[in-house]
Amino acid sequence: MGKVINIAPVTRIEGHAKIAIHLNDDGNVQDAFLHIQSLRGFEKFIEGRPAEEVPRIVNRICGICPWMHHLASNKAVDGAFGVTPTETGHKLREMCQVMAHINDKILHFFFLAAPDFVLGPDADYSVRNVIGVVKAAPELATKVVKMRQLGQMMLDKFAGKAIHPIAGVVGGFAKPMVEEERKELLEGTRTLLDFSLYALDYAIENVFNKYMDVIGELGVIHTGFLGTVDRKDGALRLYDGKQRLMKADGSYVDFEGDQYTNYLGEHVEPWGYSKMPYAKSWNEGFDMNLAAPKGIYRSNTLARINVCDKISTPKAQAALEAFRSSFGRPAQQTLLYHYARLIEMVYACERTIELLEWEGITDPNVRAKVEPKAGRGVGIVEAPRGTLIHDYTTDENGCITKANLIVGTTHNIAPMNMSVKQAATTLIKDGVYNEGLLNQVEMAVRAYDP
Amino acid sequence: MGVTTAMEWLGSCSGCEIAILNIGEDLIPIITEVLDIVHAPVLMDHKYFGQCGEGVTLTIPEAVVGIVTGGVSNHEHLEVLEEMREKCTVLIALGTCATHGGIPALMNGQDRQESWEGIFSTETTDPGAKIPTIEVPAPLDRVYACDEKVKIDMQLPGCPPNPALIAEVIMSLVEGRDPVLPGKSVCDTCPTKREGKGAVDKVKRFITNVDFVPGAAIDEMRCLLEQGYLCLGPVTAAGCAKRGAPSCISARVPCRGCFGPVRKDGNQLLDMMNALASNGIDYKSVIDRRSILRFSGAHGKLRPLKKRVGEEK
Repeated sequence: MGKVINIAPVTRIEGHAKIAIHLNDDGNVQDAFLHIQSLRGFEKFIEGRPAEEVPRIVNRICGICPWMHHLASNKAVDGAFGVTPTETGHKLREMCQVMAHINDKILHFFFLAAPDFVLGPDADYSVRNVIGVVKAAPELATKVVKMRQLGQMMLDKFAGKAIHPIAGVVGGFAKPMVEEERKELLEGTRTLLDFSLYALDYAIENVFNKYMDVIGELGVIHTGFLGTVDRKDGALRLYDGKQRLMKADGSYVDFEGDQYTNYLGEHVEPWGYSKMPYAKSWNEGFDMNLAAPKGIYRSNTLARINVCDKISTPKAQAALEAFRSSFGRPAQQTLLYHYARLIEMVYACERTIELLEWEGITDPNVRAKVEPKAGRGVGIVEAPRGTLIHDYTTDENGCITKANLIVGTTHNIAPMNMSVKQAATTLIKDGVYNEGLLNQVEMAVRAYDP
Repeated sequence: MGVTTAMEWLGSCSGCEIAILNIGEDLIPIITEVLDIVHAPVLMDHKYFGQCGEGVTLTIPEAVVGIVTGGVSNHEHLEVLEEMREKCTVLIALGTCATHGGIPALMNGQDRQESWEGIFSTETTDPGAKIPTIEVPAPLDRVYACDEKVKIDMQLPGCPPNPALIAEVIMSLVEGRDPVLPGKSVCDTCPTKREGKGAVDKVKRFITNVDFVPGAAIDEMRCLLEQGYLCLGPVTAAGCAKRGAPSCISARVPCRGCFGPVRKDGNQLLDMMNALASNGIDYKSVIDRRSILRFSGAHGKLRPLKKRVGEEK
C-alpha cells in the first residue's frame, strides 16, 4: 500500500481545490487528482427569479470575473425575451467586458503566477508570493499595483461597481457614456496599453526565455481547444462571435452558440464537484488517458490564441505572429497559457481603445424596449478562464424556469487533472520529492488560472 | 514586524479578496509592513497538512487577526472556520456571505438534495451522473453565516465590501481603536432628490432605464423608489458609497440590498414590506418577494417553501 500526498489547499488560484498524488509501493506515481471542493447551486436557485434580475445574481459565481457572468447572463436574457440591444448598449457592454479582461490578466500573471518565476519555483513558501515580489522587485510591484488599480477604478467609476457589476441590463446598458467619461477612459486605457506591451516584453525576457526548458515539459498534454472567433474573418473575439472547436491536429468546426448542446457534453466523476465538459461531437467519449485522451479540449487564453485565425488589432497581431513562429498552431505547452494571457492583454487594451474611439459610443440610446416573456436564450462570452455559457428558459412572466450553465474554468478541469498527473509522474520518482517539486505540480494548475 | 494575520475563504466567490486588493496603493504597506500574513490561500502557499502534505490534522498558524470570507455550507468550511476561531485572537467576518449568508444562501429557499440532483441531470450532463461524494466535503443542511457557528468579533458586510472600510478596520485594529463605520441605511447616504409621496402605488420591474440626465450629478436625479422602482435602500446597511453616492445608484440602478439589513438582526423582506405599505405602495406588486432576502438568507430567514401551500397567496 503506497501513500497519498495531499496538497491542500491548492494556493494562489481563485477557487477551492486540492491535489492528491497517489504513490505506489515503489514511490512512483500511480495516479493523481485535482479535486474540486465546492458546489453552490446557482443553476437551481435562480429558478423562479425574474430573468432581468439574474445578471446581478449570477455575477456572484465569480468575484474575479463577475463581468463575464453578468454579461453572458444579460445576453441570455436578451435571447429569452427576444430583445436585440441597441448598438451603443451592445458596445458599452463589450467595452466593460474587455476592460475587465485587462485587470484579470494583471492580477493573474503578476499577483498569482509571477512569484514562481520571479522568486523561483523552489523559493521558500514564506516568500514565494506577491509580498515576496514586492520585496524582491519593488519598482515592478508598485507599477503593477498602480496599473491594476487604474483599470479597476476606471470600471468602478464609469459603471458604479467593478466587482459584482450592475450596469449591464437586458436590452443594453443602464446609463450612457458622456464625453468627459470617454476622454478619461481613453487616457487611462492608453496608459494600460503601454503597460501591457511592457508586461509582454518583461515576461518574454524574464520568464519565457529563461524557463524555456520548464515550459517544454511541465504539465504538457495534447488536447483540442475551444474559443470564440469573429463570424466573418475568424479573428479573436471575447464578447461575441461564433464558437470554434479545434482538434489537437488543428482541424476545427465552427458553430453558433445556441447549438452548444450538439457539440459539448459534461462528464461527471464521483471525486470532484465540478463537471468536466468534453467534445461530445467528436463521438469518441471521455477519457483522460495521457497518451490517448478522448473528447478532451482546453479553453482559456492558450485555447483562444490557438483557435483564432488572427487578431484584429495591430500590436496584438504582431505578438501573435511572434508566438506562432516560435510555438506553432496549435501550441500545446501548458505554461504558454501565461504567454497567451499577455498577448490577450494587449488585444484587450487595443480593443477597448477602438470601442472608445467609435463615434457612437456616447449615443444616449443605450437600452432597447424590453418585455418579459416566455422564451429561451443562450448567452456566451469568453471569460478569462474560458467559454462561458448561460442558457435560460423563461415562463410567460419572464421568470426563469430552467437554467444550464457551463462555466469557463470547468472546460479545463479534465485537462488540469491530466497536467497534474503528467507533472507529478515526471517529477516524483522512487518516493523522492520535496516542497519545490510539489510546487511545480501546482504551477501546472496555476497556468490554467482556475 | 507587522501584526500576524490569517485569511481564509469558505463558500466564497473571491470578490471580497479582490475588494482587499482594490485598497490600491495603500495595500503595499499594509501587506508588507502593517500585517504579517501567515496564512492566506489566495495569496500565499501555506498548506493545511504541512508543506509536503503528510500531516493528518488541518492546521492554520496562530495569528492576532483572522479574516474570514464566505458562508459556511459544507463540513470543510466548518472545520476551517473552527480552526480559524481557535487560532485567531480577533476574528473578522468579511463580506455579506460571511455576515448574512449572501447570494449562496438563496439555496436555503430550496430543497438542497433535490436541487443538487437537478444540477447533475441537465441537458448537457451525461445521463446517469450522480452527485459526487468521494474526496469532496459533504454539505451541511443549509448555508450558515459565520456567527451561527463560531463567535465573531467584528462584522463587515458588503458584496463586495468597500475597500476603504476594509482598510479602516485593519488600521483600527493595529492602532487599538474602534473602527469608524457607517451605521445608517443606504438611503441615508443617497443624495437623490426626494419630493415626497407621489402617485406611485405599485413598483415596476427594472426593464426600463430610470429617468435621469446623462452626465448630471446624482442629486439632480429623483429617488428611484419615488420613480416607482423597487429600491432596497431603506432596508439596507450603508457602506457602499464611494464617490458621494451609493454604488448602484451612481450607475443609475436601484439597490438590491447587498450590504444586508441595517440592524444586524433585521429582516430586509419584512422591513421592506412595511416601508412599502407605509408609503401606500401595494407590496403585492413586487414580483418574487422572497428574493428581497437574496443577500440575507442565513440565520433561518430563507427556508424552502412548504409543498402544496401556494407562495404568498
